[in-house]
Amino acid sequence: MRSSESILALSIACVAIFSAARAELTIEITEGVSDPIPIAIVPFGWAGIGNAPFDVAELLARDLRSSGRFTPMARADMIELPTRGQDVKLDDWRLLRNDFVVVGQLQSGAEGRYTIQFELINVLNGQKLLNYQQPATTATLRAASHRVADLLFEKLTGIRGAFATRIAYVAVEGQVPNRRFQLIVADADGENPRVAAESTEPLMSPAWSPDGQTLAYVSFESRVASIYTQYLRTGERRRVSARAGINGAPAWSPDAQRLALTLSRKDGNLDIYVLGLVEQVLTRITDDNGIDTEPVWSPDGKSLYFTSDRSGNPQIYRVGLTPGDRPQRVTFEGAYNARPRLSPDGSTLAMVTLDRGAYRIGVLDLNSGSARVLTEGRLDESPSFAPNGAVLIYGTQDRGRGVLATVSVDGSVQQRLAAEHGDIREPVWAPFPTP
Amino acid sequence: MRKVLLIALLGSAFTLTGCPKPETVKETPSTPATDSASQLPVESPGPDQGEAVDPREQARRRAMAQRVIYFDFDNADIRPEYRDVLANQAQYLATNPSMKVRLEGHADERGSREYNIGLGERRAQAVRRALMLQGTGDVQLVTVSYGEERPAESGSDEAAWAKNRRVELVYGN
Repeated sequence: MRSSESILALSIACVAIFSAARAELTIEITEGVSDPIPIAIVPFGWAGIGNAPFDVAELLARDLRSSGRFTPMARADMIELPTRGQDVKLDDWRLLRNDFVVVGQLQSGAEGRYTIQFELINVLNGQKLLNYQQPATTATLRAASHRVADLLFEKLTGIRGAFATRIAYVAVEGQVPNRRFQLIVADADGENPRVAAESTEPLMSPAWSPDGQTLAYVSFESRVASIYTQYLRTGERRRVSARAGINGAPAWSPDAQRLALTLSRKDGNLDIYVLGLVEQVLTRITDDNGIDTEPVWSPDGKSLYFTSDRSGNPQIYRVGLTPGDRPQRVTFEGAYNARPRLSPDGSTLAMVTLDRGAYRIGVLDLNSGSARVLTEGRLDESPSFAPNGAVLIYGTQDRGRGVLATVSVDGSVQQRLAAEHGDIREPVWAPFPTP
Repeated sequence: MRKVLLIALLGSAFTLTGCPKPETVKETPSTPATDSASQLPVESPGPDQGEAVDPREQARRRAMAQRVIYFDFDNADIRPEYRDVLANQAQYLATNPSMKVRLEGHADERGSREYNIGLGERRAQAVRRALMLQGTGDVQLVTVSYGEERPAESGSDEAAWAKNRRVELVYGN
């Protein structure tokens, strides 16, 4: 069934290849923009035999609502249900106080193929903003619908939509000390969760490869920390670093050829290294008695940002990868700034910051130097940018349980994703899928 | 009565040394070992049993009595109250040069996870250095840091955090 049996057999952890689904996450919007856009997403027509296999309009409404920027109209309030733009009576929808209307049809083709045909209309002036056909198969109806939501979102906000992307996170079940750790990959809305790796020993620090096909992560399955990479499609796993001491905090270079990571080697002092994945060449980047960890690459691949407590408490530093470059301190405000993550355009740094006695997610504008705290939790951690740079996902606590939350980079929109039971944490947002 | 208790304790101590699984190493309380000794006089390696037990056994029992060292927040300094604990461990390891011990460093849940791995490692290294200064061989010691990933106590208050900032000495590997 799989070519990687032998590699998997080496490990004591049970690695499932997208086989076991687990309890799905529920989304709760905790804060939205003050003037969300009113939009009517009319139930799609169905051109095929029997019942429609998927409710496209329902998913579009859910996606747009979850962004906090839209208030989709309730179906019960719609007085007519057109499925073609030419049948939309602008005056009626205007009276119902909608700015935009989406109509469309799901059309059945041959051998499990479908076409999602849809139109986006500005009710105020009658302008047709989008008229598109999105192909799909039985297996990709949900993903294709997310893609339609992405197109609507981009047209109406000017920001590329990230509904058709994925997240990875760590789920923990059971009580101390008998716990089970799972590395989960799910759609960005928490649907379709799949177990990528499982262990009774800790799993942590998942990191996406730039093409979104492979995860690197830390596993303690051999009772010491090792770094693995796992190709998600087949489940094939490689142990890429199992040196003496700590092997942690993996981060892929933008060209996917290298991993930045943290090693303690024999002397127990944590420093940043870069590992060439093809030729297995290890290059030391930092050499300091403090804790140097949590590296992340600049988008051009020429420098790393990382956490270091060389000044006495954890702060963010940047170091160029040209030999001889010395680390420069980046954060100066506050006694605790750690775990940097860069926005896709490299302009903004997100981090864990100590804010009036609480650990929260902060952002630093690298151009202006202005910093602000976005979240209000007590134990917020692990910020990760959506690939469109507009939203951050992070881990927080809700009544003693680990949950995930998102916050828009301007702080205006917040939502929460919770599992039915157990702790979930360390979310990492995958890059945009490569076409 | 005393004899029965002594046998029972020896039996449990044997189980603890013999088993390599860290889960079976029960957390000892952060209060000094003398507290439990006053409640259970048989467990104390006091002079009253000196003639009954050989010195190696005494050293072993002292070392087994407390195998967790607790730390202050964001700190890897060994508090003075643990000097005797580490002296007991070092003495036991010196008399048993083939014995190995895993120093498992931990942190509380606050802040970022990989930085906490660093804090746990720093604590484990502090214990390693203290033991080596007292003659423990490098080959007897292995360090591992779990950061905040394996708390001894769940809960998000100072009481739980204090129990989680620790180094556990796990024998028998």
